[in-house]
Amino acid sequence: MEFAELIKTPRVDGVVLHRPFMPTVEGTLCLTGHHLILSSRQDNTEELWLLHSNIDSIEKRFVGSLGTIIVKCKDLRVIQLDIPGMEECLNIASSIEALSTLDSVSLMYPFFYRPMFEVIEDGWNSFLPEDAFKDLESMTDEWRLSDVNKDFSVCPSYPPLVAVPKDIDDDTLRKAATFRHSGRFPVLSYYHKKNGMVMMRSGQPLTGTNGRRCKEDEKLINATLRPGKRGYIIDTRTINVAQQAKARGGGFESEANYPQWRRIHKALERSNVLQESLIKLVEACNDQSHSMDRWLSKLEASSWQTHVKEILTTACLAAQCIDREGASVLVHGTEGTDSTLQVTSLAQIILDPACRTIRGFQGLVEREWLQAGHPFQQRCAQSAYSNSKPRQESPVFLLFLDCVWQILRQFPCSFEFSESFLVLLFEHAYASQFGTFLGNSTAERTRLSLPEKTVSLWSWVNRPQELERLTNPLYEANSLVIWPSVAPQSLLLWEGVFLRWNRSSRCLDEAYEEMVHIIEYNKELQNKVNSLRRQLAQLETEDPLLQTP
Amino acid sequence: EEHGQGYTSVEQVRLLDRFSNKSTNGTLYLTATHLIFVESSSNNSTSILHHHIASVEKLSLTTTGCPLVIQCRNFRVVHFVVQRERDCHDIYSSLLRLLRPVSYEELYAFSYNPKQNDQQREEGWQLIDLGAEFERMGVPCDQWQLTDVNRDYKVCETYPRDLYVPITASKPIIVGSSKFRSKGRFPVLTYFYQEKKAAVCRCSQPLSGFSARCLEDESLLQAISKANHNSRFVYVMDTRPKLNALANRAAGKGYENEDNYSNIRFQFVGIENIHVMRTSLQKLLEVIGTRSLNMSDYLVGLESSGWLRHIKAVVDAAIFLTKAVTVEGASVLVHCSDGWDRTAQVCSLGALLMDPYYRTMKGFMVLIEKDWISFGHKFADRCDQLDGDPKEVSPIFTQFLECVWQLTEQFPQAFEFSEWFLLQIHEHVHSCQYGNFLGNNQRQREELQLRERTHSLWAFLMSEKQNYLNPFYSPAYSEVHPVLAPSTLPYNFKFWRNMYHQFDRSMHPRQSILKAILTLRDNSRNAESTLQALESVTAPPAWCDPHRDL
Repeated sequence: MEFAELIKTPRVDGVVLHRPFMPTVEGTLCLTGHHLILSSRQDNTEELWLLHSNIDSIEKRFVGSLGTIIVKCKDLRVIQLDIPGMEECLNIASSIEALSTLDSVSLMYPFFYRPMFEVIEDGWNSFLPEDAFKDLESMTDEWRLSDVNKDFSVCPSYPPLVAVPKDIDDDTLRKAATFRHSGRFPVLSYYHKKNGMVMMRSGQPLTGTNGRRCKEDEKLINATLRPGKRGYIIDTRTINVAQQAKARGGGFESEANYPQWRRIHKALERSNVLQESLIKLVEACNDQSHSMDRWLSKLEASSWQTHVKEILTTACLAAQCIDREGASVLVHGTEGTDSTLQVTSLAQIILDPACRTIRGFQGLVEREWLQAGHPFQQRCAQSAYSNSKPRQESPVFLLFLDCVWQILRQFPCSFEFSESFLVLLFEHAYASQFGTFLGNSTAERTRLSLPEKTVSLWSWVNRPQELERLTNPLYEANSLVIWPSVAPQSLLLWEGVFLRWNRSSRCLDEAYEEMVHIIEYNKELQNKVNSLRRQLAQLETEDPLLQTP
Repeated sequence: EEHGQGYTSVEQVRLLDRFSNKSTNGTLYLTATHLIFVESSSNNSTSILHHHIASVEKLSLTTTGCPLVIQCRNFRVVHFVVQRERDCHDIYSSLLRLLRPVSYEELYAFSYNPKQNDQQREEGWQLIDLGAEFERMGVPCDQWQLTDVNRDYKVCETYPRDLYVPITASKPIIVGSSKFRSKGRFPVLTYFYQEKKAAVCRCSQPLSGFSARCLEDESLLQAISKANHNSRFVYVMDTRPKLNALANRAAGKGYENEDNYSNIRFQFVGIENIHVMRTSLQKLLEVIGTRSLNMSDYLVGLESSGWLRHIKAVVDAAIFLTKAVTVEGASVLVHCSDGWDRTAQVCSLGALLMDPYYRTMKGFMVLIEKDWISFGHKFADRCDQLDGDPKEVSPIFTQFLECVWQLTEQFPQAFEFSEWFLLQIHEHVHSCQYGNFLGNNQRQREELQLRERTHSLWAFLMSEKQNYLNPFYSPAYSEVHPVLAPSTLPYNFKFWRNMYHQFDRSMHPRQSILKAILTLRDNSRNAESTLQALESVTAPPAWCDPHRDL
C-alpha cells in the first residue's frame, strides 16, 4: 500500500492552529505518511509536528465552509485546526483517520525513521538478558540462565533466555510451563542482595476445577526456598476472582500442594476496568466547570487514584516480604503480563537503588516489561479519547509510571531521573519514532526484525544531551530501601500527565529553573573552594607559615 | 507522683502511632504549661502546650491500660495508654482544669519569658507600625485622611483607634453611618491601590431590615465613590450567600438596597458562615483521622466535608475584589455580617494578590496585623483562648492561611516565605505564648496591657527569618507580575497535608525539596565566605605583582 493513496489533499494553506495556553498559529498544513505538519514559515513560531500514530481520535465541525478538526492525542493533548474549505477539511479528516489507524505494524513510522543523531551505543544491545545474568552471577551461584525458550516454543511471551534455579533442568521447566497460563513458568524477577531472597513471577497455575497439580512446578518454586523457610505467593486477584478462574482452567496454588508457601490475595484491577478508569479520569480533568464537588466526585468515580494506591500497596507488600520478613516471593495474577509486572517492577524500585538510576530504570523497563512480555502493542493501541470499542487497550504501563512518580514525589532526592523521563516513556509507549515499544513480546520483535530495522529509544536517550535533560538535579545516591506512604493523603494526581495541557506551567517551570540554578551555583562554588584548597595545600608545602582558613 | 519543682510524672506510658500499630514507651510529665512525653529508649520528647489542647478524652480501660486521647488545635492527635487507671484519671482531670483557663492572665503569654529586657520587648512590639503601612500605601492623601473619631473607641469598640476615611466624610456622617451598621463597624479604608487610586474599604452589614435607610451611610458610600475619579461607581461585595443576607433582614439587618445608594454595584459572593466552616473542618478531620482510609472514602469525605469548596470560595471572592480594583480601577466596599470573619479573609487575601509587599515576610505580618488583629477578628473567641462559647469557635484564620498556601503552590516564586512560616504562625495563633493574638480587639488588648506584659510573635519570627525563607522567591518575579491571577479551577486546590497531618510523620514525604534546597543555600553561603578567605590567602600580595602600577 502506498501512503499517497490515503492522502487526497496533501497540503492546505491558511490553516489556523489553536493550542491551549499558546498563541494561535496560522500556516500551511501538510500531511505526510506519518506526520501532520503545520508550518507558519515564519521565524520564531513553533511548528507542529504530530505523529499520526499519536492521534487517538478526531472530531470535525463545520460553520459555513470553514471546517474545524479537533485532534485528540494519545498523550492527552487536544488541539484544534481551522481549515478553510469543506472539501479540504473532509479530505484531511479522512486521511488522518486512516493514517492514525494503520493495521500493519510494518507500516509504522519506526520502520521509516532515520535518526538524525549519531548512535553511540545501540540500545537494542544495551539490556540483554545475558548481561543482566552476569550481574546476578556476581552475587550468587544459585541460579542459571536457561535457553529452554530459545525458539519461543515453551513460552511465546518470554525472552529466549530466562534465569531459573540452578538445580532445575530444562525438562522440568518444560513440564512446569504446561501447568502455567500461556506457558509462563516461574522465573527470576529480582534477587535481593542484602539477604539473598528472591522475587519470581509467572502466570496462574492451571489447576482447573479438579485441582490438577504439577510436581515439576512445585519443585521449581520450592527450589528457591532456603531450608525450613516459607515463601509468599502474592496473587494479584481477589480470592473470588481466583476461584472463578478455575472454571476456565486457571486457578491458584492450594495449601495442600504448596505447604511451604503462604498465599496472599490482593485486588488489582484488570485491563478493561483500568481503561475505563483512564477515560473517566481524563474526562474529569478536561471538565472546565468550576464546581469543586463535581471535580472531587468525578475524580473519585474514575477510581484512578484507587488503582494507584492498590498497586503501590501490593508492591510494598512484596517488598516487605522480601526485605523485612526475609522470605522469597512469587507474584502472579492471571496471565502474569500486567498487574504482575506492576508489582514486581515497583517492588524493585523500592528495594533496589540501581533501579532508581536512569540506566537502571531503562533496564527495569526492559526486563520487567518488554522482555517479560507486556503486550505494549495491544495495551497502548488507543488512549483516553478513543471512540472505538476497546479491545485489549489498557493503561497498565501508565499506571506503573504514575506509581513511580508517586514514589519520586516522596523521595525527590533518591532518583537519578526527573519526572520528565517518566512522561517521555509514557509518550513513547503510545506513539514513537523508535521501535522499542512495538510488538507484544520478544518473539514478535524478533519476527519483525525490529533491532535491525528500527532505532531503539535507548539509543536516543543515552546520549549526553538527552541524559542531561532527564537528570534530576537533586539526585544523591541513596542505597536504602525506600518505603513510600500509601495513605490516600500522601498520593497525588499526576499533574505532569493529566493536567499537562490544562494549565499553564510557566510559573512552575520558572521555579524549577531557579532550583537548577541554585544547585549549579552551589556546585560551582564547591569546585572553586576545592581547587583553591588544593592550591593552598601546595603553597603550604612551599611555605609552612600559611594557614588554611 | 508530685515533684517539688511543680510537675507530675507518670511512668510506663505508651504513645501509640495514630495510623500504624507502632508504639513507644516512656514517661509522661505534666508541668504548669506543658504535657511532655519522654521516650525511654531514645530520650526523644513530644511536648504539648496546654493551650494547644482542644479536647481530652479518656477511653474505657483495656487490658494494656487506660487510653487517653488528646486532640490539639494544631491538628496533633496523641493517643497515650497509661498503665494504671488512677494515674490516667489524675492526668485527665488535671488537663481538664488546665485547658479551660477563665482569665487572660492564666495564658502562657503572661508567664513566658524569653530572657529579654523591657527595651528589647518594646522594640519587638514596634516592629510593625500600621501608621507607616498606610503611609506606604500613599495615605493620607488628597482624598483620604486619618480620622480621630474613634480615638477613645467610642464610635466602634472593635475597631482600632486610627481609621482612614474619605476627606469629604465629616464626623456626623461617620457617626451616623456607624449607628446604621452592625456593631458600629462603619465603612473605613483598609487598602489603597495607589496606581488607580482605588480603595478597598470594609464594614459590617447595614441595619436595613426590610426598608430602613440611613442618609449618613449613603453619603459615606458616596464619599468613598467620589474619592476615586477612575470609576463612577463603587462595588459593594456582600461576602455572604444571598439567602443568609436575606434571612438577616428579618432581624433588622441585611444588605444595601441599590435604589438607595446612588452609585453602587452590589454583589453577593457566597462564602458560608463560621458555623458551616467549623462543621466542615470537623468533618474533614474526622475523615482524614480514619485508620486504613481507602482512596474512595477519602475523596468522598473530602468532597462531603466541603472544605476545599469553602477555600475556593474565599479565593474566588479575593479574585473578584482584585479584578475590580486592579483591572476596572473601581473602589470596593467589602462586608459580611459583622465584618470580622469573611471580610477579613477577603480583604487580606485580595491585598495579597494585588500588592507584592504583602508576599514578603514583613509585609505578611503587617497584613495580618492590619486586617485581622487591628480590625478586630475575634481571635479569643474563634480560637477558643478562654473557656467560652463553643459556637463561637471557627477556623476562619486557618482558612486564610490555607488560601495563602494554595497560592504559594501556584506561584512558587512570588512569596518570600515558605509553608513553614504559615505553619509557625498557625502554631502561635493557638499557643497563646505571644501577646499578638490574645483578646478579640485592640481595646481589649490595651486593657490587658499586652505590650507591657507579653512579647510579640513578629519579633520572634523575624529573629528566625532564615528558617522561613522560600529559596525560590524572586523579587524580580513580583516586579513583572505585581498582581497575581490564580486559576481557581477545582483541581488547583489540594489537600494541605503538612497542615492537617503536620505531626503524623508516616504521612510525609521522606525527603523534601524545600529542605534540600535550603541546605544547599546554606552550603553556598558558607562556601562563599570560605572562598573569600581562601582567596585572600592564596592571592599573591600586591607587592609581588610585577604588573601592578605602583
